[in-house]
Amino acid sequence: MKTTSLTRLILVMLVVACGSAALLGFVYEITKAPIQKANDEKELAAISGVILEEFNNNPFKERTLIPGKHKGQLTLYPARKDGKIKAVAIKTSSDKAFGGKIELIVGFFLDGTISGYQIISSKETPGLGSKVSDAKFSEQFIGIRPKKKTFKVKQDGGEIDAVTAATISSRAVIDAIQKAYDAYHKFSTRM
Amino acid sequence: MKQTSYKNLTRGIISENPTLVMLLGMCPTLGVTTTALNGLGMGLATLFVLILSNTAVSLVKNFIPATIRIPCYITIIASFVTIVELLMTAYFPSIHAALGIYIPLIVVNCIILGRAEAFAAHNNVFQSLLDALGMGIGFTFALVALGLIREILGAGAAFGYQFIGEDGYPILMFIMPPGAFLALAGLIILFNKLRRE
Amino acid sequence: MSYLMIFIAAIFVNNIVLSQFLGICPFLGVSKKISTALGMGCAVMFVMTLSGLVTHLIYFNLLQPNGLSFMTTVIFILVIASLVQMVEIILHKTSPMLYQALGIFLPLITTNCAVLGIAILAVQKNMGLMETVCYNLANAMGFTLAIVLFSSIRERLAVSPIPKALQGAPIALITAGLLSMAFMGFSGISH
Repeated sequence: MKTTSLTRLILVMLVVACGSAALLGFVYEITKAPIQKANDEKELAAISGVILEEFNNNPFKERTLIPGKHKGQLTLYPARKDGKIKAVAIKTSSDKAFGGKIELIVGFFLDGTISGYQIISSKETPGLGSKVSDAKFSEQFIGIRPKKKTFKVKQDGGEIDAVTAATISSRAVIDAIQKAYDAYHKFSTRM
Repeated sequence: MKQTSYKNLTRGIISENPTLVMLLGMCPTLGVTTTALNGLGMGLATLFVLILSNTAVSLVKNFIPATIRIPCYITIIASFVTIVELLMTAYFPSIHAALGIYIPLIVVNCIILGRAEAFAAHNNVFQSLLDALGMGIGFTFALVALGLIREILGAGAAFGYQFIGEDGYPILMFIMPPGAFLALAGLIILFNKLRRE
Repeated sequence: MSYLMIFIAAIFVNNIVLSQFLGICPFLGVSKKISTALGMGCAVMFVMTLSGLVTHLIYFNLLQPNGLSFMTTVIFILVIASLVQMVEIILHKTSPMLYQALGIFLPLITTNCAVLGIAILAVQKNMGLMETVCYNLANAMGFTLAIVLFSSIRERLAVSPIPKALQGAPIALITAGLLSMAFMGFSGISH
């Protein structure tokens, strides 16, 4: 093989790099809108799933940030009927899950009673930790208000049945809901 | 000629199956196969990248000086991987979420760079395409098989269809990390036996 | 997260090889002898810590402010590949001793998905600079621990009578499976 000059090397590498950058930029531009739409639809579907009151606004468009109990901010989605607020959904998360972070949207009636939750993103083991999104586990939460003493899994002395062999994932869900409740409580008492 | 084409296509599926015989691309093989569907998604994503990269490398092979061929191939492969990732996030968000970190890691899947270097860099576009197709199908086949075994044993389900009820006792270990190693060992033993017969 | 916790979590609880399945190729490929396994481990520690530092700086100073996060994969792999080359050249010129010990492992590291995987995970988790460096070092230590343990078992296996069907890859995988099972025992620590 004959030796290639340095200029040629740099030129070829440059052409390859520019071609790749141009191609990526192009694909990024055309997929930007669909990606945003897919994310929005997922959240909107979750919101409609956890709010049991009737509403006729778009809670996703009216979202606002509220402060958490200790730090950070959570997103609040108000559900209104004819302009009057009926219920809220709050996006919350916990870092204590088995696979790291778990994100969910929790629905509350105005008095702070839970109306349901949906997992938006998690890295839990499929078929094991992922069962925290099954009805058998999630239905326990509907209609209760998180109280510090009893809002724990049974292993920790509370009254929630953890998913079999997935206590850590169950605790993470409770932790996330507690955060959402605390933030909502703080927000609603200040109003 | 026809015979070579046939050989290039089938080689990757059986005699040189990248996963079960060559033991390449182990990370995604073990990491994503907790369900058969995840295995299928990963297999197809890799197949797609493999076809694009083999074709591209075989097209540009004459313009690229030997000393910088590896960085060039890596750039080409990484671009295709990013394209696949963007398309998946846009149109198949749930599969993308399930495969997570393993999608960008297709870049360092040894199968892809290996085929670019060992095959596409010396053969014409059509043969490289067949080679990519064969290798990709072989990889997908192995991932789906492994995912199916783990899902059946570990979760009592197949392709998401639950056939052991909530009260059944699946062998949980198979969807946990150790089960991945053990199930793959079993699959390789079985595949070797069938291949020799 | 405290730094101690990062180390314990990465080395034992979420061991990069045995529970996150990154870096399996070198784990299976260069683990027939303890000495080579140790060499590979040291090379990985060196490169991974360095690449963690560089990729962090590039991501948060160059890619993110310009809205180019979608180029992460392309840029990171190129950075890692050139970094490995550079380390190889520098070691060759300055420290022949070290080069002899680590030299042959360096080219193999480019395609070690652990390096790229951890670099991407670190920016996804939005870690600070110091945290990133610790996280990378800790994971590399986890890799070294796993591969050294594994190779010491394989050295013994090499002189044991193994059924014909299990020879080669299957027995290595079964060993890795048992090792992974042992490491699952640590999962209680962090939660």
